[in-house]
Amino acid sequence: MLAKRIIPCLDVNAGRVVKGVNFLGLRDAGDPIEIAKRYNDQGADELTFLDITASSDERDLILHVIEAVADQVFIPLTVGGGVRKVDDIRRLLNAGADKVGINTAAITNPDLVREAAERFGCQAIVVAVDAKAVNADNSRWEIFTHGGRRATGIDAVEWAVKMADYGAGEILLTSMDRDGTKAGFNLALTRAVADAVSVPVIASGGVGNLQHLVDGVTQGKADAVLAASIFHFGEYTVRQAKEAMREAGIEVRL
Amino acid sequence: MKVAIIDYGMGNLHSVLKSVQVVSDSGTEVFLTSDPDRVVKADKVVFPGQGAMPDCMRELRAHGLAEAVLETTRSKPFFGICVGAQLLFEHSAEGDTAGLGIFPGNVLRFGHDLHDAHGERLKVPHMGWNRVFQTRPHPLFAGIEDGERFYFVHSYHFAPDDSALSLAQSEYPERFSCIVGRNNIFATQFHTEKSHRAGLQMMKNFLAWDGCV
Repeated sequence: MLAKRIIPCLDVNAGRVVKGVNFLGLRDAGDPIEIAKRYNDQGADELTFLDITASSDERDLILHVIEAVADQVFIPLTVGGGVRKVDDIRRLLNAGADKVGINTAAITNPDLVREAAERFGCQAIVVAVDAKAVNADNSRWEIFTHGGRRATGIDAVEWAVKMADYGAGEILLTSMDRDGTKAGFNLALTRAVADAVSVPVIASGGVGNLQHLVDGVTQGKADAVLAASIFHFGEYTVRQAKEAMREAGIEVRL
Repeated sequence: MKVAIIDYGMGNLHSVLKSVQVVSDSGTEVFLTSDPDRVVKADKVVFPGQGAMPDCMRELRAHGLAEAVLETTRSKPFFGICVGAQLLFEHSAEGDTAGLGIFPGNVLRFGHDLHDAHGERLKVPHMGWNRVFQTRPHPLFAGIEDGERFYFVHSYHFAPDDSALSLAQSEYPERFSCIVGRNNIFATQFHTEKSHRAGLQMMKNFLAWDGCV
């Protein structure tokens, strides 16, 4: 049976892995190549790099990071952050990325997703959907941009379905109302999107312990779970996360 | 020894190149090429492929490489990966495309509305790490456990007419053939270059293989 995937996420700023500490700012967490190799050795099923570099003259640094990682790590690599046009995707794929995540640009220009999927294949295109609840009983969710500050009025479930129709091979779903809280995924949101789309869904945002990963799969019906801080801070290894999932009866690659 | 990786313009082959280089010894030259002459003069050939099969077939012909592939499959140790494996068959349902016809059989799409034994819905593409059950012994399985997981990403899979061609199967949810081979040809639906240690071991076995089974 197909294994559920565990995907560590690395935030990369100007070629270095960074992590936010209690929303107080970014701290250098090390060399992305070393960290990628460590997660690979621990049995990560894929790696995701989120490029958060703000200054445009440092944006190409991510390409060098991906090239170096792809030389040494033989598992799938996804890169997202700042992807605006087809040429951005081409450059990331040429650097060694297997998949490229499109986020805000999919909202401003949905045809980019269609064009990219036709050009590079659906398997290479991940659409990132950042959503949070817009009603009190957590049953309606909208897409938010700008780190969760700006509402778009777009229904998250309908949007995910549309993006899969446009050619997204996978949906990376982030619970924006949970991101950074360590309170676990928004499971109702995850379940609603996973049930609605025909392509795999990666759950993201809010993981604080290993039970949250289990819940994302068993209750949220996610095909993969993504986490950053629980791995970066050394609280858990990827291996421990997989063992916890296996104990809960989930198929994993160990 | 010269190992040619056939480059017909369908996506980035950096990982494929690196994954072969990392398991090769100093006397082995591994290179990407779109030159049919260099392909037929190599000692071993790796034939990758990603994206849609109609595009792959068109680009293969546009680069004048279809003949070179046919010629090398007749004589040299030959390793097809993903769409590079699908192209060896007669026909694909993806865009109603004629393949190279080296193996009798078709490439089919996974069905819609798939469910596993527990009633859980299965998504397409079939994406992730799945078990590979060896159905026939083969030198390329050396050091690889029966049921080992490899990385798959595909919506279409090959179905050989002759079950003797099938060397391994996976399940999604039905059993499907995921490695085919005959004599000097070996071809996988999964991506060895993305399958961590098991993928590298299989490629290492290929480099040591004389093409006999």
